[in-house]
Amino acid sequence: MSTQKITLAKGLNMGLRKAMEADDKVLLMGEDVGKLGGVFRITDGLQKDFGEDRVIDSPLAESGIVGTAVGMALRGYRPVIEIQFDGFVYPAYDQIVCQVAKYTYRSQGKVKMPIVIRIPFGGGIGAVEHHSESPEAQFAHTPGLKVVACSNPVDGYWMIQQAIAHDDPVIFLEPKRQYHADKAELDESATPEPLFTSRVVRSGTDATVLAYGPTVKTALKCAEAAESEGRSLEVIDLRTLSPLDMGPVFESVRRTGRCVITHEAHVNLGMGAEVAARITEQCFYSLEAPVLRVGAFDMPYPPSRIEEEYLPDLDRVLDAVDRTFAF
Amino acid sequence: MPDPVSFGPDLAEVFGPSQTDGGPDLVQLLTPEGERVHHPEFDHDFSAEELRGLYRDMVLTRRIDVEATALQRHGELGIWAQLLGQEAAQIGAGRALRPQDYVFPTYREHGVAYCKGVDPLRLLGLFRGVDQGGWDPNENNFGLYTIVIGAQTLHATGYAMGMQRDGVVGTGDPDRDAAVIAHFGDGASSQGDVNEAFIFAASYNAPVVFFCQNNQWAISEPIERQTRIPLYQRALGFGFPGIRVDGNDVLATYAVTKAALQRAREGNGPSFVEAYTYRMGAHTTTDDPTRYRLNDELEHWKLKDPIERLKVYLRRNGLVDQEFFDDLDAEAKEMGHHLREGCKALPDPKPMDQFGYVFSEMTDEIREQRDQFAAYLASFEGSHS
Repeated sequence: MSTQKITLAKGLNMGLRKAMEADDKVLLMGEDVGKLGGVFRITDGLQKDFGEDRVIDSPLAESGIVGTAVGMALRGYRPVIEIQFDGFVYPAYDQIVCQVAKYTYRSQGKVKMPIVIRIPFGGGIGAVEHHSESPEAQFAHTPGLKVVACSNPVDGYWMIQQAIAHDDPVIFLEPKRQYHADKAELDESATPEPLFTSRVVRSGTDATVLAYGPTVKTALKCAEAAESEGRSLEVIDLRTLSPLDMGPVFESVRRTGRCVITHEAHVNLGMGAEVAARITEQCFYSLEAPVLRVGAFDMPYPPSRIEEEYLPDLDRVLDAVDRTFAF
Repeated sequence: MPDPVSFGPDLAEVFGPSQTDGGPDLVQLLTPEGERVHHPEFDHDFSAEELRGLYRDMVLTRRIDVEATALQRHGELGIWAQLLGQEAAQIGAGRALRPQDYVFPTYREHGVAYCKGVDPLRLLGLFRGVDQGGWDPNENNFGLYTIVIGAQTLHATGYAMGMQRDGVVGTGDPDRDAAVIAHFGDGASSQGDVNEAFIFAASYNAPVVFFCQNNQWAISEPIERQTRIPLYQRALGFGFPGIRVDGNDVLATYAVTKAALQRAREGNGPSFVEAYTYRMGAHTTTDDPTRYRLNDELEHWKLKDPIERLKVYLRRNGLVDQEFFDDLDAEAKEMGHHLREGCKALPDPKPMDQFGYVFSEMTDEIREQRDQFAAYLASFEGSHS
């Protein structure tokens, strides 16, 4: 058994390489994904090894990228698209929502759309506007799309391969702040969990904290801090946002009776709203307090000098946990 | 005062005056009066059999359209997108295709669907509300109707890029080499997707023919609202040739489209065909063109009817007899009968059907919603008095 320590960027890069080796119908397409290896270097070295026909530098037109991917999928290919930054996905919104999401349904299952749309998402990197957004709810709200978010290097490695092998379109969210941050031990011989599952990443007994993507790290830090104060938090990485895998969440909340969900996206009509509603429907008699949400304020992403005052952080999540105990 | 800065020649000098008659570059092989003319580049030696076939196709296509329009009036269809007047553009393009070529249609390509072997009855499902495309796109190489204007031109380009990767372009084998045709209209030419498709196709030299039926009207908006220059001249700016063909001339449309497809199959890249035609009917059965265009214009275009001019040519040259017309009339009636009876017999989807096919496999979430809805419906059983 050989293991190696990798970053999220490396895990995704290795996962993409594995997927391309496993199936020659897998194509990568996006802006600057070729020689440059993508602005975050996620596709580094892949064009050199797989050629320009399989790692395709596209014109700078997001609708064009997604629209041509639909045609490639109809021809039997499995396109993997890189949207350069979250805020640049909107020119492709029509193709994603009206075409990618609906083709299987419209054709009554005769046509499949095995397209993966990779989107680096979230803030905290000191970027200019349109480079720090969290658009997941816009896609999770769309029937016909699956939406997942990885939070760590090992998940990045496995989840990207699973998403590419999946026959339905997957919006694949990557927390860009984590790309080159923490390293983790990858064992390539391990058996990964199924793609569309949530996972308890820290066990606890007093309250449940739900997170995905960049906020998983925040939630884990909260649990550490709470422990020093004698409070035991259970942390669940949702991983899949559509479909949601609520089983482990219900099980946890029925035990703890308290739940906080945190994401970088806006609270209003965000993932937290849906998750809270489902918990209320299924765990009503177990709840000691309302499910609380900690996310971005309902305003456009601010100038980066104050982004840390806008994004949910350890203190704001812990404050919410405290409030669940005040009921 | 300094002289004003020059930005180059006046557009009217470059593109010529208003071209309501199609202009000097219009490729035509059969005049509105039914006179066969020749073109130095685009021509084809049509056999009598081919000519009769094209005439038959256009007559049957018009019958499909007339019948579906009547079915809408009878309440059997919710809406119908009419093609009246565009038969030559669609049959000319449709008959230029080989079986391995792939079509990406709008929602009006009934004649092209017919050429590709899609049962016209299947087209009615979308308009009746029983399905959203009742045919398998890969069975006849004919994509699903696309209602978001111009979106399919990108699908066509991507499909063509797939063909390049499959090695079915430029091999020299006529049974292997393939191309894609992307249909759209003059209104769609303003869409970002169409312009992006042009750029992608040019950049990758994709084997796709952009076939624009300029029927002069995008619902109520005239072509002048979409463009200040003839549409086919836009192609040069994207880096590939553009040709304007008389879209009411089935012979010219066939010859030009055939050449464009062959160019694509050979690996010489995309091209743009502007079929200059006219929407003689309404945009759809919900539209009222009398609110925005003059009857004079319609009368003018009636004189250019695509079917009449070929009929005159066939008759004048003794290529048809009365038996041909009688047989075709019977065939058209049979087509009408097929659509009328078939339409009414199209099965309504069942309430539970809506849960299928959102994904390749039903998710637990949707299964749960389906089961809840089934239980809800079942709760009414036996409660009717």
